[in-house]
Amino acid sequence: MTAVVDYNSGNVRSVMNALSRLGADAVLTADPDQIRRADRVIFPGVGAAASAMAELEKRGLTEVLREYERPFLGICLGMQLMNSFSEEGNVSLLGITPEHVRLFDRAAGDKIPHVGWNEIQVSDDPLFKGIADGTWFYFVHSYYAEASERTIASCSYAGVTFSAAIRKDNFCGVQFHPEKSGGAGALLLKNFLEVK
Amino acid sequence: MLAKRIIPCLDIKNGRTVKGINFLSLADAGDPVENAVRYSQSGADELVFLDITATVENRKTLSSLVERIAAAIDIPFTVGGGIRSADDAYMLLSRGADKISVNSMAVRKPEVITEFSGRFGSQCVVCAVDVRKNPAFPSGYEVYIDGGRTPAGLDALEWTRRCESLGAGEILLTSMNADGTKAGFSNDITSAVSTALSIPVIASGGAGTMEHFRDVFLEGNADAALAASVFHYHEIDIIDLKRYLQKHDIPVRLNSLVG
Repeated sequence: MTAVVDYNSGNVRSVMNALSRLGADAVLTADPDQIRRADRVIFPGVGAAASAMAELEKRGLTEVLREYERPFLGICLGMQLMNSFSEEGNVSLLGITPEHVRLFDRAAGDKIPHVGWNEIQVSDDPLFKGIADGTWFYFVHSYYAEASERTIASCSYAGVTFSAAIRKDNFCGVQFHPEKSGGAGALLLKNFLEVK
Repeated sequence: MLAKRIIPCLDIKNGRTVKGINFLSLADAGDPVENAVRYSQSGADELVFLDITATVENRKTLSSLVERIAAAIDIPFTVGGGIRSADDAYMLLSRGADKISVNSMAVRKPEVITEFSGRFGSQCVVCAVDVRKNPAFPSGYEVYIDGGRTPAGLDALEWTRRCESLGAGEILLTSMNADGTKAGFSNDITSAVSTALSIPVIASGGAGTMEHFRDVFLEGNADAALAASVFHYHEIDIIDLKRYLQKHDIPVRLNSLVG
């Protein structure tokens, strides 16, 4: 069973719909025990980092997520919250990875937020099985996680190359929305569901 | 490189597609869900649904339709037409719409743009702006509301700038002069708005040929182009259009995993 973390974080219906199209057994839940027991966890999210962290605290989920030991996928804001600190509201995050989340620089001349389909460069990771360099994914964000050795896919926008996807052990996260990225997104989710 | 988006628009009346799409393999040309799936599989980057009846009794039909569309497709979609309150907007977003668009109501009550973007995030809020040439206005275009029936007395550039500062995430700019002519987009006002604003601008009205799409990206500086009939009646195939745009060095989403 895949637990999709419910913390009042916006459009989770799209994620549930995508999992349903793939025939996955998924449940939307905020129950810490159910999340601990799940075979895998999807941590979605849109919105602001500070209110999301407050909501996770309130629901007693921060430790549950940090300590989770099976395959974990953060999506968009969910991926950003895996880092240690965000410039958005200057808030401490889950700290699963030490990187910071930063605001795109308007001075670079590109429109902010970064909205639409962009190409990513991928590395050899089970999450990107069958997905080539230059594949397009759908992004909607104004903040980005800085690139690091945990970057498993990168994307360039507004003068910076940022993490389109990260992995640390069982934890992975994607900045784009696989649930809205057509066939490429469906393949990525399928890969995640097949990771042992 | 961010792709320039190609967006088919579907008009919805009483839960059905107006001007049903002539895809040969469709069982029911008027079913918006079937149309949406077909478009998402044929290279569309995003879809826009405009409810042109938009009466109170049709809101339920629309929200259940939105739910079915969201379950069926895996690309973003916007729903507009007749949204009068944050509750209307919430109903559509909670059923799975990625964005909602507001038009006349935003002109009459500009504070709703701020209310919606504060509550749902600016990425969800598209301001649809219909404009018509009028040399008395600084940008050369005046804003119209009520489906193009009522001049709003606002300058196109000034109003779209205001939409941005109030919290709009995107502008859907329709040129009434070009709409329905198939003679090309209004690249002048599209470029004026797109270069002045820092949010994306979707150009609408006037698409007739592939060259028109090329021009609205190169001369109109549009971030996305929307069209209805050229796609509905197969006058332009989206994948062919993207191949053509790619040949003109316009970045488009085109590869084996598009569908």
